[in-house]
Amino acid sequence: MSASNETIEQVTRKGYEYGFVTDIEQEYAPPGLNEDIVRFISAKKEEPEWMLEWRLEAYRGWLEMEHPDWQKVRFPPVDFQAISYYAAPKAKPKSLDEVDPKLLETYEKLGIPMHEREALLGVERPEEEKPEVAVDAVFDSVSVGTTYQAKLKEQGIIFCSMSEAVRDHPELVKKYLGTVVPRKDNFFAALNSAVFSDGSFVYIPKGVKCPMELSTYFRINANHTGQFERTLIIAEEGASVSYLEGCTAPMRDENQLHAAVVELIALDDADIKYSTVQNWYPGDENGVGGIYNFVTKRGLCAGKRSKIAWTQVETGSAITWKYPSCVLKGDDSVGEFYSVAVTRNRQQADTGTKMIHMGKNTKSTIVAKGISAGEADQTYRGLVRVNPTASGARNYSQCDSMLIGDKCGAHTFPYIDIQHPSAQLEHEATTSKISDEQMFYCQQRGIGTEEAVSLIVNGFCKDVFKTLPMEFAVEAQKLLEVTLEDSVG
Amino acid sequence: MALLEIRNLHATVEGEEILKGINLSLNTGEVHAIMGPNGSGKSTLAKVIAGDPGYEVTGGEVLLDGKDILEMEPEERAREGMFLGFQYPVEIPGVSNTYFLKAAANAIRKHRGEPEVDAAQFLKHVRERMELVQMDESLLKRPVNAGFSGGEKKRNEIFQMAVLEPRLAILDETDSGLDIDALRTVSHGVNALRSDDRGFLLITHYQRLLNYIVPDTVHVMVDGRIVKSGGKELAEELEASGYAMFEEGTAA
Ligand SMILES: Nc1ncnc2c1ncn2[C@@H]1O[C@H](COP(=O)(O)OP(=O)(O)OP(=O)(O)O)[C@@H](O)[C@H]1O
Ligand SMILES: [Mg+2]
Repeated sequence: MSASNETIEQVTRKGYEYGFVTDIEQEYAPPGLNEDIVRFISAKKEEPEWMLEWRLEAYRGWLEMEHPDWQKVRFPPVDFQAISYYAAPKAKPKSLDEVDPKLLETYEKLGIPMHEREALLGVERPEEEKPEVAVDAVFDSVSVGTTYQAKLKEQGIIFCSMSEAVRDHPELVKKYLGTVVPRKDNFFAALNSAVFSDGSFVYIPKGVKCPMELSTYFRINANHTGQFERTLIIAEEGASVSYLEGCTAPMRDENQLHAAVVELIALDDADIKYSTVQNWYPGDENGVGGIYNFVTKRGLCAGKRSKIAWTQVETGSAITWKYPSCVLKGDDSVGEFYSVAVTRNRQQADTGTKMIHMGKNTKSTIVAKGISAGEADQTYRGLVRVNPTASGARNYSQCDSMLIGDKCGAHTFPYIDIQHPSAQLEHEATTSKISDEQMFYCQQRGIGTEEAVSLIVNGFCKDVFKTLPMEFAVEAQKLLEVTLEDSVG
Repeated sequence: MALLEIRNLHATVEGEEILKGINLSLNTGEVHAIMGPNGSGKSTLAKVIAGDPGYEVTGGEVLLDGKDILEMEPEERAREGMFLGFQYPVEIPGVSNTYFLKAAANAIRKHRGEPEVDAAQFLKHVRERMELVQMDESLLKRPVNAGFSGGEKKRNEIFQMAVLEPRLAILDETDSGLDIDALRTVSHGVNALRSDDRGFLLITHYQRLLNYIVPDTVHVMVDGRIVKSGGKELAEELEASGYAMFEEGTAA
């Protein structure tokens, strides 16, 4: 066995750092799914009648849909009647100060700041101090707190949990919910629309540049549950926002379902940057346990010159199955997708993007980097469609796979559907390995094998990491290091 | 005690013996040159000394400062002060030269029980070394060797050596591919680093390099053996007569 292969053998044996369980009193919906459960969830959230009706309609649609089977991932059928669709800590705090300390501790352990930093007016900030980041923390089915709400509100920015938005901003929710991802868009979107629990709601008013990063941290804690969050971000004319989501879950032998829907809407000249660092529990080395991450994410560039950029770093989950997409409706709008997906052990991922060009002179960029180790299997699946209305459309796609060891797989399926002769498309794809020469070169300079692998893989992902906000790029790099640790023979 | 002591070293690659009993002793402060026809095993020797796992050592010893290094991982040897300037430097896409060098410097420092480099100080050191070998600043930020021209890669090897300040530097055909001016600056860089506690092993095909970096000893390697050693005039002889006489000698 070559040196780099040995190295990689060990890569695949690293433990998961966020696998602890928070011991807290929770209440659950009884397992199973029917109209009563949908009513139960809606009642728990004290929702208005229209919201309940919206859910029920989705539920009825779901009943008539079939579980899709075109994806290149394999898993036993999910028993939708065995899952509990609602789990929440019993205590209901009214403000951050009242939140159960155990919950705050949980987020602290995960490295997520749940305290608003005091503003140091007129005081120069030391360089190492982190900039402000507003956080919405979602624990199983509910949001346990959102920071910096008041400060953001001064500029008219709404950043709150979805439940709060339904209650306090029904006109916005009614206007936009389900407009980008319709209720019956697909099997899991319909399921989510029926039973969605919390998630984040963001509204940036006209001309406002959001002064800080907004982020949501999703934590699955309870067992036999799924997490079905819903996120909606609206950027009005000329507004801009950078948003990040992070995810972790305890180590459990069962597979848990995470079926989220994210909708982004950018009006004229608006700019939304959505970054994900996904580190759900991936299951153990034999493929037992782990999260099924089946997510529908779509952004609508509704306005002229609007821009939506997705960046995802996917290191966790037993199965990842998602295609963050951009619908480029406004003329001169821009869609971007940057992805790093790491699979090891028995992890599977079928991920990519869809770029739908509708407006004139629309532009899209796709950069996808897949890293497979152990016996993992990974697929990039991407669609670029240029509609008959989309004159002057341009796309650049680059899909690179890196294989670590010789038991893993990587596949690329680029679909292209061009209905306008002026479209310009460029596609590049590569598959590479960490060569023995690269390993020896690093080692000869004193760099150990483990660090060498992480260095080379980080280099491979550079084009994607540089699109992440600064701190998160550092996080992502660390995450990759941890994921690829213990790889030395 | 010699800085590098090689005794009766044998090595094979894929079952074929390439090094057939090498003996060589290099003291601190010395510069040795190895010359020899294509395929005679010069690069193999360099890589075996540095610990390339692609080669199997089947006999003999290699001592660095009296310590047997054959059981050490390549990174340990590097941390002990060994540097190999590669004949064919490899590209590492996406990893900037500075970042790479910092990782290397820190690994070496850690081995010595020293704290990590101070970012500002390291940058200053890097700039000084850049000037020494007149490397273009833009190459610093670029990924290691990616898209570098042949000559730029070679210069980058010397630059890395200058930054890492090894005790023993083995330079495998670092002069090949350099233009005349580059050869001069690179040689100047090597000469500037020559010191009483450092040694150099230069592998080269050209006597010209040895006009700039004057060696204490020249070895001729043919078919996996050192067939002759001598002073710098040996290189001049070779330039005039080639290797034919040695090859006959070994065939006999
Ligand atoms: N990895 C390898 N696999 C097979 N053969 C090898 C390998 N490495 C070296 N060899 C062989 O060993 C012999 C010596 O090669 P080496 O690269 O050491 O020669 P060299 O003296 O450096 O030559 P040059 O002057 O051309 O650089 C050659 O015949 C070469 O083909
Ligand atoms: Mg050679």
